[in-house]
Amino acid sequence: MSWHKIYALCLRHIYLISNSLPRIIDLIYWPTVQILLWGFISKFFTLNSEYYSNTVGIILTAAILYDFLFRVSISYNIMFLEEIWSRNFTNLFIAPIKLSEMIASLTITAVFRSLIGLIPAALLAIPLFGVSVFKIGLPLLALLFSLYIFGVTLGLLVTAGLLRFGPSFENIAWASLFFLAPLGCIYYPVEILPLSLQIIAKGLPLVHVFEEMRNILINGTVNYFEIFISILISVAYFIFGVIIFYMAYFGARVRGTLINMGE
Amino acid sequence: MSIEIKNLSKKFNEVYAVKNIDFTIGANKTIGLLGPNGCGKTTSIGMMLGLIKPTTGDIIIQNKNINTFERNKLLSIMNFASPYVELPKKLSVKQNLQIYGRLYGVKDLSIRIDELAEDLNLKDFINKKTGELSSGQKNRVSLAKSLINKPEILLLDEPTASLDPDIGDYVRSYLQSYKSKNKVTILLASHNMAEVERLCDSVIMMKKGKIIDQGTSKEIINRHGRTNLEETFLKIVRSKDELA
Repeated sequence: MSWHKIYALCLRHIYLISNSLPRIIDLIYWPTVQILLWGFISKFFTLNSEYYSNTVGIILTAAILYDFLFRVSISYNIMFLEEIWSRNFTNLFIAPIKLSEMIASLTITAVFRSLIGLIPAALLAIPLFGVSVFKIGLPLLALLFSLYIFGVTLGLLVTAGLLRFGPSFENIAWASLFFLAPLGCIYYPVEILPLSLQIIAKGLPLVHVFEEMRNILINGTVNYFEIFISILISVAYFIFGVIIFYMAYFGARVRGTLINMGE
Repeated sequence: MSIEIKNLSKKFNEVYAVKNIDFTIGANKTIGLLGPNGCGKTTSIGMMLGLIKPTTGDIIIQNKNINTFERNKLLSIMNFASPYVELPKKLSVKQNLQIYGRLYGVKDLSIRIDELAEDLNLKDFINKKTGELSSGQKNRVSLAKSLINKPEILLLDEPTASLDPDIGDYVRSYLQSYKSKNKVTILLASHNMAEVERLCDSVIMMKKGKIIDQGTSKEIINRHGRTNLEETFLKIVRSKDELA
């Protein structure tokens, strides 16, 4: 892999963001609204629920972590869709770049794009609601890493779908995360789910991340094994996502959808 | 660099977009690919660019099958421009050229961008967003992108489509002058017969995915008993027995 080329691909998105104030505002606006909304809900719950009374901000912390996952995945999809919308797709695929360099650039840029929105929102939660996601401590980095890898994987699967089915797959891009959210046990413990769904849910890294987040905030202990499992599952899905992406690319070459792909 | 196309076919859902085409482009020659819409020109270009996998056949560049090339090495000596493929609209012309220059590993990139800006008259709008340009300006930017790496093989799909006669002539003159100064093999797909006559050393006529005639413009015109390429094109396109 060439870091110069990865940098050039990242630069395309850096220019895109830095050239447009509305885009920067858009990146910050949605996480902030999300945090405000869940902040008030969280405040209401902490005042009225025995379960949450000991640990202020569990829901808000979950909302921040979930928003990070959501932003990573959506950023990945949007950056890929930008190439289709701008009809730059063919230019990109005839440039001397490897698919791995393309994946790497989207993966790197997605995290920065997500943090632009998330950091102000997370900081805002401290004075407004007295909730700091940083209370989780160092394990927070591991939890974010797991969510990041899984968010990228969802992005990869959606972009593979775009390669396979063309721009009409765009709607799935927006729906992909909502589809998994009920099984992710973001705001509730896994025991709430019916037993059969619990088995499926435990195959997702989200359950392990959010269960561990609640464990840290409620019990004040860290189960490193649970964090390790979440990362392991995320990495396994990531490898699967990369394979699907490559298969979609080779399939698109056979079907001829790489040329003139655009709106 | 010479290009040989041998028995190349592409089938989409049991329908041949391109069927058993053979042709050769000599090193540093310009060949015109003519034919009505849907005759297989873009599919042929797509296969040469590696965007479409041929159903059968071989593409040989400088006596080497493209399947044996490392993809990146092959693409770094090629480039492509088409009015149907654009550059990111929200980025300035300069930013777009910087990005593609880096992707193609162009050395002394600033100097190369300055050269292209000078040659293609981009200076007045080099810092403007690409989406704000007129179609003539966009076309020149697209051409600049396709020349950023000084390609040895240049594939052009209707490079002057939707341009007014003045800008169209400017682009054709520039291509002529560029070709005289650089070693480049060009495949030009076009609907503009005058353009093909002016720029191309030889012409390939396609219809329904097949090559139905090839040679110099003069040879093709004489063979069909017409006075210019446009009349010849119309005769070939409208005749029903050409593929018999």
